[in-house]
Amino acid sequence: MMDCRKASQLISQSLDQKLSMRVRFTLQFHLLLCKYCSRFSQQLNVLNVAIRNIGRLVENDKNITLPKDTKESIIKAFESEKR
Amino acid sequence: MAKIIKNIKSNTEHHAHDWLTEHGDYLYRFALARLRDQHQAQDVVQETFMAAIKSDTFAGQSSPRTWLTGILKHKIIDLMRKSHQETNVSALLSDEDANMDEFFDQAGHWAEAVKDLNMPESALEQKQFLTILQTCVDKIPNKLATLFMMRDIHETDNAEICKELNISPTNAWVMLYRARMHIRKCLEINWIDR
Repeated sequence: MMDCRKASQLISQSLDQKLSMRVRFTLQFHLLLCKYCSRFSQQLNVLNVAIRNIGRLVENDKNITLPKDTKESIIKAFESEKR
Repeated sequence: MAKIIKNIKSNTEHHAHDWLTEHGDYLYRFALARLRDQHQAQDVVQETFMAAIKSDTFAGQSSPRTWLTGILKHKIIDLMRKSHQETNVSALLSDEDANMDEFFDQAGHWAEAVKDLNMPESALEQKQFLTILQTCVDKIPNKLATLFMMRDIHETDNAEICKELNISPTNAWVMLYRARMHIRKCLEINWIDR
């Protein structure tokens, strides 16, 4: 019988790679019987999507702008490139 | 001939100013979202613009933003790779396995109940959730967080990430597993009792 420690490892792994049919079957069986692991599984799936959304939160935050002195030093670099 | 070259040069230079005005802020946010370090983000954006004006690969086949973002992605990956080499990866894997003894009892059962997180439903809740998630991600070692961000850039190609960061696939899954365990626990504590 698969324990929760092993099940949690496989749940995490399943987000990154395809598990073998046999392992998936054993895992599904454990999830059917274990409330905590099936909660864990569901939460990791949400987490996986949400972590990607964090990046988008920063990416779309119009209040974050390239600092002025960086802009100026880029312009300066343009000028010296021109010569 | 010299005149033509000069014209092309001044044309690129003219574009460069437009690019900076139109895309500079976006590129900075893009870099910041992945590197999570203001100085590093400023540096890669600067390097991107310098590479852009020196290169002549932009022939209008894609939008300037797509083209610049492509250059930026490579600069970010280079930087992540470099900073990864400087860190001892095994230091992040101090107990070298995925046992996570603080989370499980001797029999391999969860040491504490896995609570129902009541995932966010409204837009406002979702925003709150992401903010809390962000602070939880900030709490885990930067290299683990980098691994997530790399996945984002590479669109989940794990084999590629392992190659770029020079880590074994086993280390990668253990690192991701640990990161997820800690982030989930942190969410459980901070999201439920918000």
